[in-house]
Amino acid sequence: MANQLEIRNLHARIVDGETILNGVNLVLPRGQVHAIMGPNGAGKSTLGKIIAGDPGYEITKGDILVDGESILELEADERARRGLFLAFQYPVEVPGVSNANFLRLALQARKGGEVSMMEFYNKLQKALQTLEWDESILTRYLNDGFSGGEKKRNEIMHMMVLEPTYAILDETDSGLDIDALKVVAKGVNAMRGPNFGALLITHYQRLLNYIVPDAVHVMIDGRIVTSGGPELALKLEEQGYDWAKELAAAN
Amino acid sequence: MSDNILIEDIGNEYKYGFVDEVKPVWKAEKGLSRRVVEAISYHKDEPAWMLEFRLRALEIYQSKPVPTWGADLSGLNMDEIYFYAKPTEKRDARSWDEVPEEIRRTYEKLGIPEAERKVLAGVGAQYDSEMVYHQIREELRRLGVIFVSIEEGLKHHEDLFREYFATVVPPEDNKYAALNSAVWSGGSFVYVPKGVKVELPLQAYFRVNTAELGQFERTIIVVDEGAEVHYIEGCTAPTYTTDSFHSGVIEIVVNQGAKSRYTTIQNWSHNMYNLVTQRALVKKDAYHMWLDGNLGSKVTMKYPSSYLVEEGARSDILSIAFANTGQHQDAGGKLIFAASHTGGSIVSKSISKGSGRSSYRGLIKVYEGAKHVKVNVECDALLINEESRTDTYPYMEIEDDTATVGHEATVSRLNDEQIFYLQSRGLPEDEAAALIVRGFIEPVAKELPLEYAVELNRLIELEMEGSVG
Repeated sequence: MANQLEIRNLHARIVDGETILNGVNLVLPRGQVHAIMGPNGAGKSTLGKIIAGDPGYEITKGDILVDGESILELEADERARRGLFLAFQYPVEVPGVSNANFLRLALQARKGGEVSMMEFYNKLQKALQTLEWDESILTRYLNDGFSGGEKKRNEIMHMMVLEPTYAILDETDSGLDIDALKVVAKGVNAMRGPNFGALLITHYQRLLNYIVPDAVHVMIDGRIVTSGGPELALKLEEQGYDWAKELAAAN
Repeated sequence: MSDNILIEDIGNEYKYGFVDEVKPVWKAEKGLSRRVVEAISYHKDEPAWMLEFRLRALEIYQSKPVPTWGADLSGLNMDEIYFYAKPTEKRDARSWDEVPEEIRRTYEKLGIPEAERKVLAGVGAQYDSEMVYHQIREELRRLGVIFVSIEEGLKHHEDLFREYFATVVPPEDNKYAALNSAVWSGGSFVYVPKGVKVELPLQAYFRVNTAELGQFERTIIVVDEGAEVHYIEGCTAPTYTTDSFHSGVIEIVVNQGAKSRYTTIQNWSHNMYNLVTQRALVKKDAYHMWLDGNLGSKVTMKYPSSYLVEEGARSDILSIAFANTGQHQDAGGKLIFAASHTGGSIVSKSISKGSGRSSYRGLIKVYEGAKHVKVNVECDALLINEESRTDTYPYMEIEDDTATVGHEATVSRLNDEQIFYLQSRGLPEDEAAALIVRGFIEPVAKELPLEYAVELNRLIELEMEGSVG
């Protein structure tokens, strides 16, 4: 069985609305980090949400496979339990629900059973240390009144505690200053290993200085138009997206 | 997401809907009459003044029209109600062993004796029309704390009883207060002497077993100077196809510097009309909190009120209402400021699910001459489904311009983005929805003792099953 997240000729649209994805092909093997870059409106964030199971979109063609099995019929929570994780571009505020209580519930759902307080606490401590954070974030209500930077860092903390097999980070770098960016990168790098794959969705090459990807994909108009190594990100930084758009038009 | 919901059979979820094979030892004939009132008084072996009081209240009841400003009461047929059912000859048993076995088993199923051992200072248990059990920890009794049924209060503490009875809620107050005054039976009589702090809560548990019964408990709580008490009321009943009726009157006096709290976890079956008058008189520098949780019943009309009658008095009213399909929770609170430098707040959180309807109805009144009153009202409504309904009726009568009055109201719908976010972390949709609802009521729920907060969360999870999708 292939240990990989595979997007196969994926076409999708907003439910009863506009078409966003026009045949995405992508393979993310475990143990690797891939970046998806592209201009605004290319469909990068939509791809992330669709993989995670956002019911606001419908798939018209193609497939998504986790370790060789299609997940199209699975609800978002079932996908999470299969090892998928989406770090949201805009993490949602849930007032009245404590960050730690929620995370423990999520971890128990992920593990399919009771997780001891001790085990949970150890995971939290490890994540907090890596992210250079203190415990006060745990008792606050989930994202409620968090600054933009705190929300992004919290997403990475959730990822570290839940230990997904495949994580999609949707513009986790946007709105972060350089120090926060380094901390977030530290969190992702700490996860790297043979049982973890990550898809970084980003506008900017900056993040990739700290999380060096194994591959870079360029997305235009709902399709991957070209792929390459880390040097592709540098080219985009220098030359912009015009050449890639021409490439898309030529196809 | 939220339309085209399968409305589940809510009766199936109600865990307390079982019926006991208990026949009352005596039951009044159906309907309300002078004869029924006299019979109740006779069975209680009351002094003559009480029978006179009851009969006068009956006339007041009969003279007042059915209120039409609130929930729909047209389905409540008084001719089909039994106004009194005596479950057993022995009232106020001091040991569970003295309670008839079938009745005791019910309270065991409800977890009452266990809670009594672990987390309560005293328990009163009302079954149909009478308090079958009433007990308080010995050390509190020795400190002079009185916690008995209202009947025992009248019998053994008549002077104290007369000093307070019907002084906070007179029968003229409203139609159902008059009705309760005529046919009252059961409830607690509580007196906490000066300076005595009752650390653990006292709990009264109300169970209606007989079909088509009206339960009319009457409770008096007097918290003397500098004393403290927390009284908790819980209610359940079997689910019958016919309607039942509960109409209590609670009178509380909080004397100088005293602190009291009255918590209701109302989880009546969905065939119950629940019309309750609860009022506290709060004196100098005293504090009273109402924590009102309305989850059950078919129709509830209930607005706990505090009268702040001396300087420095404060009161908070926290209200949670959950209206499922077939339910109308018309709840809220009233704060009446009749003295200077008084203050308080009302925080109301209502949830409407399916075609359930919740209404916030509140009154803030500041009398002229009551200087520098500070009051804040916050009412938030959460709608789970498209057909769920909420209304807000906030009345303000501010006669003194030194008052500081704040008011905020919000209505929101269960948010798809929140659900997807929580779901994407691994929580099934139902659990995600329940968690959001729990978060919504958290500002009120956190004031509950832990065991009750857990129970409330569990009830909400049950109610939220199959609510989305």
